[in-house]
Amino acid sequence: MNIKIKNLNHSYDKSKVLSDINLEIMDGQILSIIGPSGCGKSTLLRLIGGLEKPCSGEITQIGSPPAGCLNAMTYIFQDFALLPWRTVEENVSLVLEDHSLSNEIKRSVIDDVLDRTKLKDFSYAFPKQLSGGMKQRVAIARALAVNPAVLLMDEPLSALDSQTRELLLEDFINLWHRKPFTAVYITHNLSEAVRLGHKILVLSRRPGKIIETISIEKPIADRKLIDKDLDQYQKHLWNIMHDEARAADAELLNV
Amino acid sequence: MYDIKNKSNNSNNLNVNKPVPFIGKGFQPKTRSWMGYFVFFIIIFVLELGTSTGVISSLTLPKPSDVLETIIQLFQSGLLFKHLVPSILRLVIGALIGISLGISIGTLIGLFSYFRSGLVPVIAAIFPIPKIALLPLFVIWFGIGEGSKYALIALGSFTPTVVATYGAVDNVDRTLIRMGQSFGLSWISIVYKIVLPGAMPGILSGLRISLAISIILLVAAEMLGAEYGIGAYILEAGSLYDLERLFAGVTILSLLGITVSVFVTKLEQKILKWR
Repeated sequence: MNIKIKNLNHSYDKSKVLSDINLEIMDGQILSIIGPSGCGKSTLLRLIGGLEKPCSGEITQIGSPPAGCLNAMTYIFQDFALLPWRTVEENVSLVLEDHSLSNEIKRSVIDDVLDRTKLKDFSYAFPKQLSGGMKQRVAIARALAVNPAVLLMDEPLSALDSQTRELLLEDFINLWHRKPFTAVYITHNLSEAVRLGHKILVLSRRPGKIIETISIEKPIADRKLIDKDLDQYQKHLWNIMHDEARAADAELLNV
Repeated sequence: MYDIKNKSNNSNNLNVNKPVPFIGKGFQPKTRSWMGYFVFFIIIFVLELGTSTGVISSLTLPKPSDVLETIIQLFQSGLLFKHLVPSILRLVIGALIGISLGISIGTLIGLFSYFRSGLVPVIAAIFPIPKIALLPLFVIWFGIGEGSKYALIALGSFTPTVVATYGAVDNVDRTLIRMGQSFGLSWISIVYKIVLPGAMPGILSGLRISLAISIILLVAAEMLGAEYGIGAYILEAGSLYDLERLFAGVTILSLLGITVSVFVTKLEQKILKWR
C-alpha cells in the first residue's frame, strides 16, 4: 500500500506548522524524515496516521493493506506507550483483543512477534522490570502483531542510550530484511536517517517545508555503523540542515 | 599581609590524608514496624500505672485493664456481635453505595465535558458540607431506620470518591490513550483497559479517605435512633458516664479503622502489584 500526500498544510491556531507538503510513501520502503526540533515532523506523522486532521490538503491510501492486516497505520512511540499494569505478553495481546480472533490464532501471533523481537523469555515481565531498549522491543512486537501496512515511527530510539540505539537499529534492519515493511521514520538523528532510509526527506524549520529529498541506493542490509558511503550523505544533509537548525535554535530562545 | 602564595601551598599539602566526610545522611525514613507497637505499649503502660496508683483519677480516664475486661465481657455475653454486626452491615452497605456511585460519576466527569462542566461545581458545593448536619434531613426523607444511616454514609463516602476518581482519570497518561486509539481500540476497550486501570492508584487512595469518613459518619448516624451499633453503645455509655464502656467502644472503633486500613492496603497490593 502506498500513501500519497498532496498540498498538505497544517496550523495550530494562527501559527503555521506544515506548509505545502507533497510526498509519496512507497510500499516496502522506509522513508526517513529529518528536520530541526519543532519543525512539525511529529505533527506530520500524526496527520498521516489520522490522529489529527489536516487543515487543508489530502492524504490518500493507494491500494489496499496486506492480507491479515488488523491496523493499517501503526505507530511506534518515542516513550514506548506500554501499559504498566500488563505484562509483555498482555501488552501485545491488547491490540488483538478487539478483533474476533480465535485463541489459537492470537497465541500464535503473540508467539511469532515475541520470537521475532527476541522477547520470548520475558513474556511475563512487567514493563517496570525492563530496560528502555527492551520496552521499545515490546512496542515493536505490539506493532508487528497487527501486521501493519505502514509503520509510523516517531523518534523510536530517542529515549535510549547510544549503544542500545545501535542494537535496536540492527534489529530494525534485520526485521526489515526478513520481511520488508513500509515505514515512515521520524528522527533528528542524521546517522539513523541514513542507516534506515531508502529515501530521506529534509524539512525546514517551522513552518515545515520539504527542502530536499535524497535517495540512497545502497541496500539497507549492507549499510554499516561506520560507512564511507553513508558519511557523504550525512555530511550533505548536515550542510543543508546546519543553518536551519541554528535558526530554529535561536527562534526557541526568542519565544 | 595575607600570604596568598603560602596559603595555596598549604592547601596542596599532599601529606595530609583525610577520608571524604559522609554528608548524605538522613531524609530517608524507613519502616520500623516494631516501633508502632512499642509506642502503643508505652502509652498503655503509663496509663495503667497512673490509674492504678491514683495519679490519674478514675473520673479522668479508666484503667486500661478494666477496659480490656469490659471488652472481654462484651464478647462473652454475645453483646459485642449484637452491636458490631449491624454497624459493619451499615458501613459496608452505605460505603458500597457511595463508593460505586462515586467511581461511576467520577469517571463520567473525567471523560465527558458536559458532565465535567455540569457536575464539578455541584460536587464542590456538596463537599464541604458537614454531612452530619444533614442527618435530621435524611431521617425525614428515609425514616429513622436503616435508610437514613445508609444515605448518610453513602453521601459521606461519595464526595471524596468522586473527587479522587476524576482527578485520577485526568492524570491517566494521554499517550497511552492515543496509543489505544492508534491501534483502533474501541471506546469501551480504551475506558476499561487503559483509563480505569490507569486511574486505579488514585481511586484506591481516595478509598482510604472515604472509608475513614464512613466510620466517622457511622458512629454519628448510630447516635440517633439506633438500638444496636457501636455508636449507640458509646452514646449510652457516655450518658451514664461509664468510662470503661465508653473506652471499650472507642477501642473497638479504632480496631475497625485499622482493619479497614489493612483491607485497603491488601487491595492495593493485589490490584497494583505492577507498580
